[in-house]
Amino acid sequence: MAVLLLAEINDGHLSMDATAKAVTAAKALGDVTVLAMGAKAADAAKEAATIDGVAKVVVAEDARYGHRLAEPAAALVASLAEGYDHICAPATTDAKNILPRVAALLDVMILTDVTGVIDADTFERPIYAGNAMQTVKSKDAKKVLTIRTSTFDAAGTGGSASVEDVAAADDPALSEWVEDKLAESDRPELTSAGIVVSGGRGIGSEENFAVIEKLADKLGAAVGASRAAVDSGFAPNDWQVGQTGKVVAPDLYIAVGISGAIQHLAGMKDSKVIVAINKDEEAPIFQVADYGLVGDLFEVVPELTEKL
Amino acid sequence: MKILVPVKRVIDYNVKVRVKSDGSGVDLANVKMSMNPFDEIAVEEAIRLKEAGTAEEVIAVSIGVKQAQETLRTALAMGADRAILIVAADDVHQDIEPLAVAKLLKAVIDEEQPGLVIAGKQAIDNDLNATGQMLAALTGWAQATNANSLKVEGDHATVAREVDGGLQTIKVKLPAIVTTDLRLNEPRYASLPNIMKAKKKPLEEKTPEDYGVDVSPRLEVVKTSEPPERAAGEMVPDVDTLVAKLKEKGVV
Repeated sequence: MAVLLLAEINDGHLSMDATAKAVTAAKALGDVTVLAMGAKAADAAKEAATIDGVAKVVVAEDARYGHRLAEPAAALVASLAEGYDHICAPATTDAKNILPRVAALLDVMILTDVTGVIDADTFERPIYAGNAMQTVKSKDAKKVLTIRTSTFDAAGTGGSASVEDVAAADDPALSEWVEDKLAESDRPELTSAGIVVSGGRGIGSEENFAVIEKLADKLGAAVGASRAAVDSGFAPNDWQVGQTGKVVAPDLYIAVGISGAIQHLAGMKDSKVIVAINKDEEAPIFQVADYGLVGDLFEVVPELTEKL
Repeated sequence: MKILVPVKRVIDYNVKVRVKSDGSGVDLANVKMSMNPFDEIAVEEAIRLKEAGTAEEVIAVSIGVKQAQETLRTALAMGADRAILIVAADDVHQDIEPLAVAKLLKAVIDEEQPGLVIAGKQAIDNDLNATGQMLAALTGWAQATNANSLKVEGDHATVAREVDGGLQTIKVKLPAIVTTDLRLNEPRYASLPNIMKAKKKPLEEKTPEDYGVDVSPRLEVVKTSEPPERAAGEMVPDVDTLVAKLKEKGVV
């Protein structure tokens, strides 16, 4: 069995964490060939070649892959599909955009956010915002899947797979990149951070989020938010943790002023240690917390920031 | 320009889903069903484009059980002009897969020739996030998923997309497929007069056979189970105890 795995590369940089976690899931299926695609991808390809379990890296370096637009990216992946039984990628926003298009080009179904590999045809994935788990068996000749990285450990490094170039595929030229507006931050990326501090509606305002950010900065943590906090305009959407936002599984998750709606729990309940701080002792978040503290967050959080 | 909006009937997002004890799926008997929230955003965006004079007609399409009529009536009450229901299942527990849905939508597109398709980014039941991308592949059109804003200008659309870490703006050639993210708009509630009026709007019923599309599933559901539960934790009385516990665990 052979697997083609689309590496997560942004502006020429390999996202080692996401890619290495997807390799862990993929190597259970067969020999893994990593595809490094981008306007610049050679360095990322070399780095991906060091991931344990990677048999080969193929590089498609071309300006048309610079912004990971779905149409040229999917055309390339589909053009390389022959000879592979599985095509997969870490379930990032980019891969979720590209791989369903690849699957339809190959006339097969897609399986997204796979959390478990049972055998070559059978996979487990969450449905209903993680309120149920479904085991599905694919009857398709090729399986196309995205891997939910929070449930797999990263593969180690130390390997030295071969790296070779592949030709670019035809560009359908249907879309063009205009601009990226990325939030500037020195904080770690939400989905790969070891610690996440999140605020909910209880924070009360955008200004008050500073209390969350101070605690996060003290811990070197990423900042998250519940959907309620995002909808209320207290925090930007890309901080959103939950089924409709990011799914995280850090070593420590601190939920502050978050009641614990189902959709939020789906995004963080795989965290190793969960701390909940809320003034409402009945809040559902306490049911998933390892440690719960009932109190006024504006007193508790500054005290915690000071004492850690 | 016509805009096509696919809508799906799903368990209402406020309902707590229950896994059936025999592991065969999620219990849908006597459960409140509604339009998929991301599809409501899609309907709203299409209606706004019509109100702005960019589009002439908004057509809502649903694929599934006969009861999806209600979902289409909701779209009509919001302001869609007409609806097409493709009855592809008898059993409410049978989910039509995104690949089959995309094939049926492609067939509808061939007949209706819309200039734009606006779809929800994912359905909150199977959470697959695939139909829009698959439809874009089958039509050979451009795709702009997770739209945070949409502007239609002449023969192209400019879409800001929600991506990891911020927004990516792209320009796509029309016709194109756009999928909606949460912050694109806030869908309106249908007023009572509009709900009454919607009952008279045209709703055409079709079957997959009418379009020559095979909807048999590619995936076999082996079992559906409850997610693993977390063991109960403990309440701590104060910050000092919390700090001590976290140090003990070695996480800070």
